[in-house]
Amino acid sequence: MTTLNSKVPEGPIAEKWTKHKFDSKLVNPANKRKFKILVVGTGLAGSSAAATFAELGYEVEAFTFHDTPRRAHSIAAQGGINAAKNYPNDGDSVFRLFYDTVKGGDYRSREANVYRLAEVSVDIIDQCAAQGVPFAREYGGLLANRSFGGAQVSRTFYARGQTGQQLLIGAYQALMRQVGLGAVKLHTRSEMLDLVVKDGEAVGIVTRNLTTGAVESHAGHAVVLCTGGYGNVFYLSTNAMQCNVTAAWRAHRKGAYFANPSYTQIHPTCIPASDEFQSKLTLMSESLRNDGRIWVPRSRDETRRARDIPEAERYYYLEEKYPAFGNLVPRDVASRNAKTVVDQGFGVGPLKNGVYLDFASAIERVGKDTIEARYSNLFEMYERITGENPYEVPMRIYPATHYTMGGLWVDYNLMTTIPGLYAAGEANFSDHGANRLGASALMQGLADGYFVLPYTIGDYLAPKLGQDLVPTDDPVFTESVQNIKAMTQGFLDINGTKSPEHFHRELGKIVWNYIGMARDQNGLEKAINEIRALREEFWKDVRVLGNADTLNASIEKAGRIADFFELAELMARDALDRNESCGGHFREESQTEEGEALRDDENYAHVSAWEWHDADTPQTKHAEELEFENVKLTQRSYK
Amino acid sequence: MSEETLNLKLRIWRQDGPSSKGGFAEYPANNIPTDASFLEMLDVVNEQLIEQGEVPVEFPHDCREGICGTCGVMINGRAHGQEKATATCQLHMRKFTDGDTIEIEPWRAAAFPVVKDLVVDRSALDRVIEVGGFISAPTGSAPDANEMLIPKDVAESSMDAAACIGCGACVAACPNSAGQLFTSAKIWHLNAMPQGQAERYKRTEEMVETMEQYFGSCTNHGECSEACPKEISLDFIAYMNRDYVKSKVKNRRLAGQ
Ligand SMILES: Cc1cc2nc3c(=O)[nH]c(=O)nc-3n(C[C@H](O)[C@H](O)[C@H](O)COP(=O)(O)OP(=O)(O)OC[C@H]3O[C@@H](n4cnc5c(N)ncnc54)[C@H](O)[C@@H]3O)c2cc1C
Ligand code: FES
Repeated sequence: MTTLNSKVPEGPIAEKWTKHKFDSKLVNPANKRKFKILVVGTGLAGSSAAATFAELGYEVEAFTFHDTPRRAHSIAAQGGINAAKNYPNDGDSVFRLFYDTVKGGDYRSREANVYRLAEVSVDIIDQCAAQGVPFAREYGGLLANRSFGGAQVSRTFYARGQTGQQLLIGAYQALMRQVGLGAVKLHTRSEMLDLVVKDGEAVGIVTRNLTTGAVESHAGHAVVLCTGGYGNVFYLSTNAMQCNVTAAWRAHRKGAYFANPSYTQIHPTCIPASDEFQSKLTLMSESLRNDGRIWVPRSRDETRRARDIPEAERYYYLEEKYPAFGNLVPRDVASRNAKTVVDQGFGVGPLKNGVYLDFASAIERVGKDTIEARYSNLFEMYERITGENPYEVPMRIYPATHYTMGGLWVDYNLMTTIPGLYAAGEANFSDHGANRLGASALMQGLADGYFVLPYTIGDYLAPKLGQDLVPTDDPVFTESVQNIKAMTQGFLDINGTKSPEHFHRELGKIVWNYIGMARDQNGLEKAINEIRALREEFWKDVRVLGNADTLNASIEKAGRIADFFELAELMARDALDRNESCGGHFREESQTEEGEALRDDENYAHVSAWEWHDADTPQTKHAEELEFENVKLTQRSYK
Repeated sequence: MSEETLNLKLRIWRQDGPSSKGGFAEYPANNIPTDASFLEMLDVVNEQLIEQGEVPVEFPHDCREGICGTCGVMINGRAHGQEKATATCQLHMRKFTDGDTIEIEPWRAAAFPVVKDLVVDRSALDRVIEVGGFISAPTGSAPDANEMLIPKDVAESSMDAAACIGCGACVAACPNSAGQLFTSAKIWHLNAMPQGQAERYKRTEEMVETMEQYFGSCTNHGECSEACPKEISLDFIAYMNRDYVKSKVKNRRLAGQ
């Protein structure tokens, strides 16, 4: 186990970023056009980074597997974006946002990065407003704020229930402006399948054109991955269907360490699956817990309709167990408790896979009109999917995978362990520790893209002035192209009996059962064996039909699942290695008497970053020790 | 919640590539739960095709929550099907009846060539955005967000237009394959706001003229708004036309300076 250098600058926390910006090398404006930066991914992080690089004068190429940048998964974020503006005058500050984020992450994030995030959060709102993002306003024309995800202050900015959409459209428009000006070359339907490394540095990528199947090389002076999270390793999640880990994973295979893969977030309020072939779960906003009461019948054999079950025969388990916070306990606590009652056989619905979220008492208390004003769009969405009317029948909810805190390890500059390769947005591991707070992912993606990378990348590029790009006929490129072509054709040649979807679904079950909301040694060891066995079967028996030279979703899917197999195994190893509970990672062996997550700060106050060897040799762990100089470590309690 | 199932007959458009000739193929879709979504029904059909050794149908989809704008097919001749304000991915099978025949085709428009089966190329929409669908505000140059007061109803009206998901149903539903609803929604999103004023007329002129290069002309059928999963209003087209006329006058005057 070696130690990693996070390159956090010296000095008091509030001065680190300012000082670091001053100390970083600059690229002269006239020289910027001599550097080419490849940005992979055009979600919030990628679009904002690519647009800003181009505004600064760099030559930029941007890649997305979507048909246009505006489709990135960021579009689906609903709730809002945090910023320490303190407009409501309720005591917020950069320090408080920093403090809440470190605490919310259960003390497993890097202080300096989080502080910088809080610091630049205020600039993000200014930037987005200037771009024309139609944020919610008060009657006087000032920006509106709300409190989100249990925060004690109102620091969340929003645009109806479509904040992610509006922020992404803002960044997309900034990007398209640069495309129109010829400063960014945009490659849509273009999937990065390999990172090209020469003499230890990132020098380019290899992509597959998803429409023609052409495998293409692209050289750059630096490569930036903004390729999103890996929640779809669970098969069922709230992520868009196409989200995957491939870009980050292929970089990992080329030497980039992968950090904290087992830190995943399970969101408590999603609509439960209605049948076996369901492929996607829908998130219902967390705000519903403000008025809905969560319960299950006290009897496992209950057959009556919810309405007919008398009060005394209902188990309001959160209200009973956590009188102080009740239905508003944090995401992980709410999720775990739902799992417990469902596992014990108290679940509701035809598949007994949910718990009730009941609005009857709220409707009685404040009236149907008020509830309608607060939640009508969510109620409508629920009814559209389930065919049930939540004004009359309690909603059924169950937790689902929502966000992944783990990702490529990056230093303070957002550079991975491969010089010249950067990772931003959900694809990196850096700011949320073991648990992400609501409305903080949008903030982080835009912080990285608009305000961090544009400064830090110059420090790497400046000394490279005059250095030519590695030609794409260099063996490092041609070998990679050959490998990717062989892999693609390889899927078609297996000629097995089961669809890629089948393997994904089966893998998801293993991951959910053993590396989901609660983990223990036995289960994790079992998971590793089962994942390996299934992976072997996949490579022998997957059936991919059609050709490699047209659009072919099965080929795309097979490649992504191949990476999910390897990732899942690493998640299990990471979870096994981390013999403590923290944030979204709950080890059965490490809990308080009351069943709450119990951290072990003495042994695990570090980031675990894993180094790849080959598909059959387990990764090696490297640790980055976390030091807390500004925040005191405490045990969470919600009783 | 019900446990009923449907047996359906599907007629699906199959086309190997942009220059191949396409045609309908018929497939049964049996035992489809009424709780399934339309795209889950297609997933089931595809799994069956793979089992039988037939190449599955390519269809566009991603978020499956009605927000990314990726999905969209003609269902019995209507863009996104018969349900109002509903993207294809949000359509559920309980809206169909046992024994139905469902015809599924890609968007049909000259500006949207077929890539394969039900997938089309909508990049013409990006071409319209890149000429003016933005506010030029390079990163770092913004004043404090609260220095600019924006009346609530202005922000709301802008948001009504900004809600467009860029799916292209408006173009597909229009007998002339016009791009007016999409273009006007973006123009109004930005032209409504104080931040958007500096580039208002330049934006309008550039976007309208680029739109005309790719899309047909609007003859006020209103099918676009009917098909729109976000119910984008026809009013925006009127606002766009008004600004376009003004832009012709203003920009000419500026050019003559
Ligand atoms: C339902 C839902 C609601 C949410 N709500 C909120 C919220 O209210 N507030 C909040 O802060 N966060 C929220 N989040 C989380 C947040 O939306 C995401 O974490 C964030 O948007 C991720 O942005 P990103 O730019 O890192 O990645 P993404 O937006 O996922 O973009 C990834 C990009 O990478 C591209 N890509 C990926 N792999 C490749 C490859 N191999 N080759 C080429 N291109 C590739 C994709 O095409 C895409 O452009 C929510 C998440 C979900 C699932
Ligand atoms: S799949 Fe995203 S809108 Fe339908």
